[in-house]
Amino acid sequence: MSKITKAFQNGKVFIPFITCGDPDMETTAAAVRAMAQNGADIIELGIPFSDPTAEIRALSAGADTDKVFDLVRELRRDVSVPLIFMTYANVVYSYGAEQFISTCREVGIDGLILPDIPFEEKEEFSEICRCYEVDLISLIAPTSENRIGMIAREAEGFIYLVSSLGVTGVRSEITTDLASIVRVIRENTDIPVAIGFGISTPEQAKQMAQIADGAIVGSAIVRIAEQYGREAPEVIGEYVRKMKSAVCEYG
Amino acid sequence: MMTNPNGRFGIHGGQYIPETLMNAVIELEEAYQKYKDDPDFNRELNELLNEYANRPSRLYYAERMTKDLGGAKIYLKREDLNHTGAHKINNVLGQALLAKRMGKTRLIAETGAGQHGVATATAAALLNMECVVFMGEEDTIRQALNVYRMRLLGAEVVAVKSGTATLKDAVSEAMREWTNRISDTHYCLGSVMGPHPFPTIVRDFQAVISKEIKSQMLQKEGRLPDAVIACVGGGSNAIGTFYHFIQDKSVRLIGCEAAGRGIDTFETAATISTGRVGIFHGMKSYFCQDKHGQIAPVYSISAGLDYPGVGPEHAFLHDIGRAEYVAVTDDEAVEAFEYLSKTEGIIPAIESAHAVAHAMKLAPTMGKDKTIVITISGRGDKDCAAIARYRGEDIYE
Repeated sequence: MSKITKAFQNGKVFIPFITCGDPDMETTAAAVRAMAQNGADIIELGIPFSDPTAEIRALSAGADTDKVFDLVRELRRDVSVPLIFMTYANVVYSYGAEQFISTCREVGIDGLILPDIPFEEKEEFSEICRCYEVDLISLIAPTSENRIGMIAREAEGFIYLVSSLGVTGVRSEITTDLASIVRVIRENTDIPVAIGFGISTPEQAKQMAQIADGAIVGSAIVRIAEQYGREAPEVIGEYVRKMKSAVCEYG
Repeated sequence: MMTNPNGRFGIHGGQYIPETLMNAVIELEEAYQKYKDDPDFNRELNELLNEYANRPSRLYYAERMTKDLGGAKIYLKREDLNHTGAHKINNVLGQALLAKRMGKTRLIAETGAGQHGVATATAAALLNMECVVFMGEEDTIRQALNVYRMRLLGAEVVAVKSGTATLKDAVSEAMREWTNRISDTHYCLGSVMGPHPFPTIVRDFQAVISKEIKSQMLQKEGRLPDAVIACVGGGSNAIGTFYHFIQDKSVRLIGCEAAGRGIDTFETAATISTGRVGIFHGMKSYFCQDKHGQIAPVYSISAGLDYPGVGPEHAFLHDIGRAEYVAVTDDEAVEAFEYLSKTEGIIPAIESAHAVAHAMKLAPTMGKDKTIVITISGRGDKDCAAIARYRGEDIYE
């Protein structure tokens, strides 16, 4: 069982996301530590891309993949929770897929989320990921329908269930019938399911934890980072603590 | 013909898109397979192409230009004479009819110079569909006339402010919008790019250009041309111009990319000359990018060629050496824009002027017994204000 899957063994999980280098690497490092200390079970680190088609905010000025690897090396001196990269295929492809994924393993990255790599294109990356024991996380969307079983059967680490149509962002209401999607996933795999996209309040996180094994929050934290700049880590820590305890009410 | 089942052209192409969109492109591919050889569908499409869009377009012998350059005989494929003023209508009518048969009621599109947006707005008006066009804010300024045309046709135009506020950002925004609303919406992609099956669908609808060139040349000259030349942004008019000649090895296929201020500067959009293989906007192909894989901000005077990538079939034709890709600067394109206007009384789109510029270099090096076909992909009215500004003159549109 991978380190990521193991993180789901002690009850419901909370997975926060942060963009590396927002506004600088020192602040990111402090925010990641604040997340870990306040109960984050897995942390998603975004490597910025110039033209993100699945999120609103592009943050690529001076984005440097090597500096992100350096950040993880530094974090791994004391941070032990599983860390996952989320980025776009071109960042990995341009670095050299094997070079990128072997470096993930070397610095202590446990998983990889590539939102522009669907099931049909994953082999190019998944074979290398298996080689280096980095979980390539599969996404399932409300539009997946007849594809759910096929994706679930080959999933590793956990399944990232996209809660709604569209791109990331804060939503007031989540209307998709997620419970029935989770049911189909459970029929096909034992890999845990976490729900993300559009979750921001403790109430929503609680709801998601009721349906699935965990909740992922990105945009709400990105918004805190944007608002508080270098002062953000403390606010993020506080937010993660609140969200984790909401999720655990169903643990 | 060149497409293998999962939409690859050599290593290029593919479907690098979010899971949310996968069933939408699969549904599109199934619908396309169902209708592409359907007699009723093709009858309706041909009727529209001929009676509404003014096909077949003329193949015009540019006699004054030929004599002035003193080399190969030059023909112009007049896509500028199509309804809406560019080749874009060929693809749009096909996709709009397909969308209608799929039960979609709303078309969305990206546009650079505005020609594809105008064509989509036109088809939506004709077929009584809702239409939203995404256009980089920078381009809404460069091509203000086309913005007004789209609104006049009943479309909503959304000015995209993200990134460089040009074509690539308009594509990203259109893809995001499609992710938001799939059930009633067809994304009418304007070029031979994006995820499979778009590069194949758009190529097939544009292939009418080379099909006509071939029969027109056989009729006028009794033989095939020695070279066909077209401008390349994403590459739809170029692939349309090349397609039926790919197997005719005696015909040189020449694509003209926008070099902007030069391929040795950062202000360029010449993807094949300066880019490397990457994954973006749903496809693997050549892209202008930095060493970390961040997509480069590109530049060209031509809003329609101002794109950091190129269609996957062009990337493949380049890899196997079947087509040649050359870079043409802003200066050369503007000179050709003025030259064709004065010599033949034809004002070409600034995009098409890139192809004219290369032909002006190539024709004198070829014998008088040789023939060249240049595709004039669109008309240049939309560009007059921008070219006047380029020449230091401010005119009111």
